Order: sequence, then structure tokens, then C-alpha cells
Amino acid sequence: MIEVKNLWKNYGENVVLEQLNVTVAEGDFITMVGSSGCGKSTFLNLLLGTEQLSRGELLINGKPIASEPGPERGIVFQQYSLFPHMTVLENIMAAKAFERKGFTGYLFGKAKREAKSAAEKLLKEVGLEHALKKYPHELSGGMKQRLAIAQALLGKPKILLLDEPFGALDPGIRAEMHQLVLNLWREHGLTIFMVTHDLKEGFYLGTRLWVFDKTRHDPQAPNAYGATITYDLPVSKNSNYENLLSLTK
Amino acid sequence: MKRLINLKPSKPLAFALGILPFFLIAVLYVINSNARLAENADDKLLPPVSKMADAIERLALEPSKRSGEYTFWIDTASSLKRLGLGVLCAAALGLLFGIFTGAIPLVKSGLSPFLTVISLIPPLALLPILFIVFGLGELSKVVLIVIGIFPFIARDIQRRAEEIPNEQLVKAQTLGANTSQIIVRVLLPQLMPKLIDSVRLSLGAGWLFLIAAEAIAATDGLGYRIFLVRRYLSMDVILPYVAWITLLAFIVDQLLALLNRKLYPWHSQGNR
Ligand SMILES: Nc1ncnc2c1ncn2[C@@H]1O[C@H](COP(=O)(O)OP(=O)(O)OP(=O)(O)O)[C@@H](O)[C@H]1O
Ligand SMILES: [Mg+2]
Repeated sequence: MIEVKNLWKNYGENVVLEQLNVTVAEGDFITMVGSSGCGKSTFLNLLLGTEQLSRGELLINGKPIASEPGPERGIVFQQYSLFPHMTVLENIMAAKAFERKGFTGYLFGKAKREAKSAAEKLLKEVGLEHALKKYPHELSGGMKQRLAIAQALLGKPKILLLDEPFGALDPGIRAEMHQLVLNLWREHGLTIFMVTHDLKEGFYLGTRLWVFDKTRHDPQAPNAYGATITYDLPVSKNSNYENLLSLTK
Repeated sequence: MKRLINLKPSKPLAFALGILPFFLIAVLYVINSNARLAENADDKLLPPVSKMADAIERLALEPSKRSGEYTFWIDTASSLKRLGLGVLCAAALGLLFGIFTGAIPLVKSGLSPFLTVISLIPPLALLPILFIVFGLGELSKVVLIVIGIFPFIARDIQRRAEEIPNEQLVKAQTLGANTSQIIVRVLLPQLMPKLIDSVRLSLGAGWLFLIAAEAIAATDGLGYRIFLVRRYLSMDVILPYVAWITLLAFIVDQLLALLNRKLYPWHSQGNR
């Protein structure tokens, strides 16, 4: 369970998030929308541990969240999350090596063989078995993101953070990726936080949709107030999202 | 007629245009050389090509009367050894400094100002000190090259390390990697091709320091030779030596570029 209690985040004078109060149960699939620059990525970074909150509390199972990234929280960025100097197979095997303690992050002998066969199996699951020897720059956008998701799950995270992971993909590939994410979410019992600019995608994937917006405005000082969650909509799969769409307008 | 900025030469034309300046220089040289020689057959400033060929034949293909060695090749070997050793040490040191200052903020705070100051010292001003401390032997020349180019390499590698998208470092951490694993598997391999690029850029400076050191104190070497024969105005030796140094520099540079393409294919073809 994740509890957010009166959370504030500001960069100097610039208040980005304010008065965030929300509780997330295990297994929720949260999708987040909001205008550009309103602080969605910042919220993910707080969960990830790359940014620290300014005021309030952010608790996972009652304990303050770790202040640096770790294996309990996986992440897929819009781009750059793959290691460009490793082939597809090596990207996955490296993730296996990072799980273990050690100085170099390389595997040897039996551990290496095991990691290799496990990696090949996983890559088959996400449909990349024909691209094992390719480098990331040789992959299409959809293949890259599939690899990034497969890799992110190797740390066995409980929480998966997705920052506009499909923003750069075309609609056909997107639909494929939606199925993949939904399957993995159910299979691994993940709690997912996903930022998207596509409201339809948000309604389709999420069990809860959050809208980030500012509730207070000061025209003289646009940065004086931050955004907060203005709508927290439960999404059931048969609800008519057109209705909800009009609600958020 | 297209605009000038849109006119692209065909392959053969591009090649011919590339050759043209070299050809013009050669023609100019021959014309002027002939003119001077017609006036004074003993003119030393622009010796004929045949005389240069003789000089090189004498130095490269005949053993020297005094030592029985092939001067040209001894000079080449000595210079390349000094340069290679110096550049190798500078690259290793630069990589070490660069990667740790680039990856670990605490090390950066400790070393960055120091590195900046070191890089501002004109290396040639240190040469007398090096001769005093390390003597006139090989060591002082190699150290001059190291001091001359390592700060550049270190700072370049540091900048390159910081340029690696933070997303990758975060990703590695979410997979459970510790600091040393991130340095060895994420940073180091991506910095190796950058290191080779950096070495290529600093080779020019490397040659400069090599020749300066050899000119002042040496008993062999390409730089030593051209400064030695300068006393006799032996342009017939100096000019081919300069051309040879240039050719060596070109070959080394191309070899490094080839090495980069062969070892790190993802780098040259990659996203950039
Ligand atoms: N490291 C930082 N230092 C200072 N200000 C920052 C920093 N990171 C983000 N901000 C500011 O925080 C605000 C929110 O940024 P954030 O990236 O979270 O927006 P976002 O909702 O993800 O936008 P987008 O939809 O465009 O990705 C912006 O005004 C941005 O300028
Ligand atoms: Mg964002």
C-alpha cells in the first residue's frame, strides 16, 4: 500500500505539486493525465527516488520511501532506458547480473549459462526471439519499448512506473503494447503508475485515472501554486468513458 | 543553375578537388625550386626532389657510417615509442580521472578544480623541471607528453560520462546494480569509444610535445633529426622528415578510427 500524505514538491520558488493526499492499494493500475509541465513526471520521480519531496509524507507499507532508486520500483521511460552498447540479449542478461552482488556486473560460468537461457525464454515471451543479437538502435520503437518493459520487470519490482512509454509509437503498435502491459500487470500482480497524454489510453488501461491540475491561480506569480490531483476516477472496464471525458473538460 | 550551396560534387570530382591543393603545392614547389637552382646550383632552400630522395635513401636504406644503424628507422622507432608510451599513459590516466569524476560527485568535487588548474599550466614551461627531476633520458619526454595531454582527455571523458543519459543509470539502479557495477558495465564500455576519439584529438598536441622534447634533449628521434640537420640547412632531409611525420600522424589517426569502428560498432552506427 502506498500512502501520500499532504505532499508538496517545489523547486525553489516554483511550487510543482501541493496538498497531495491519496492512497493506492496493491494491484491498482493508476493512469495519470494533466497538462504539460504540471508535475506528472515529478510525481513519478518522487516514487522512483530520484527526487525528494519538500513537505509531507510518502509511505510504502507504512515506511518512508527509499530516497534512491532500487529494485522494488521498476521504470520505463519514454526513451533512453536501454543500454545502447549491449545487444538485446545482453540488455536482459545485464539485468540478471545486476540482481546479484558483485564488483563487475558480469556473469561467468554456470550463472552466465543460466542467465542466458532464462533471458532467451523471457525474450520469446515478449516476441523478441529473432532480435537477440541486435543493438537497440537497430530496433523499431515498439521493439525497444517491449525490451525496456521486459528488462524493467527483471528486478521483480512490486511497483512499475511508466512515463509516457508509448508516446512515440504509432496506434497499431500501441494496441499491442497495451495487451502486453495488461498481461504483465495481471501476471505479476504489479501496482502500476503510468503517465500518458492520451486520455483514451488512460481510461482503457487504468483501474483509476488521476487528473493533475492547479486549483489555485495567481496571475502575477504563475509558479506560486502547484498542481494536485483534481479528479480521482475509478474506472470500471464497462463504464462509458465518453461520459467521463465530458466530466474532465 | 542551382544555388552554390546545393551543388554537390560527384564522387570522382570530389576526389579530384581533394587532390588539387596537393598537386598545386607540388607544382609550385618544383617551379620555384627549378628557378632558384637555375640561379644558384648550390641553393639549399628548395632542393630538387631527386636530392631529397637521395637523402632519404642514404638515411633509410644505408647503415650509418658512424654507428652502423639505419638512422631513419631508428628515429622513427624511437619517436613512435615515446609517443605511444606517453599517449597510452595519458589515456589510461585520463580515463581513470574522467570516469571517477564523471560518475561520483564526491570525487568530482575533490578533483575537478585541481584538474582545471593542472590543465592551465603550459606543459612546455614544465619541461626544464622534468629534465631536472627525471634527467635527460626517455622518461622526461614521455612525462611531458603525459602531462601535456592527460588533462584534456580527463576532462573530455568526464564530460562524456556526464552526457550519458541519467535514465540509464536510474534503470541500472532499479535492476539492483551497485556503484561499481554501474561504472564497469554501463559507463566504461560507453566511454571506451569516446576515449579513442579523445586520443585522436589529442595526438596533434602529443606530436608537438614529442618534437619539442626531442629538439631540446635527445640522441635520436624524428624531432631530434630535423633540429640537428637544421644547422647545415639540410632542407633535403627536413622536408621529407616533415612529410613522413605527417604521414605517420595520418596513419595513426586512421588506425584508431578503424579500431573504433571494429570494436564498437554500436557507437558509430548508433543513435548519433
Ligand atoms: N530538476 C528540476 N529543477 C527545476 N525545476 C524542475 C525540475 N524538474 C522539473 N521541474 C519543473 O517542474 C515542473 C513539472 O515538470 P514535470 O516534468 O513533472 O512535468 P510533466 O507533467 O511531466 O510534463 P510533461 O507532460 O511535459 O512531461 C515544470 O515546471 C518543470 O519546469
Ligand atoms: Mg513528463
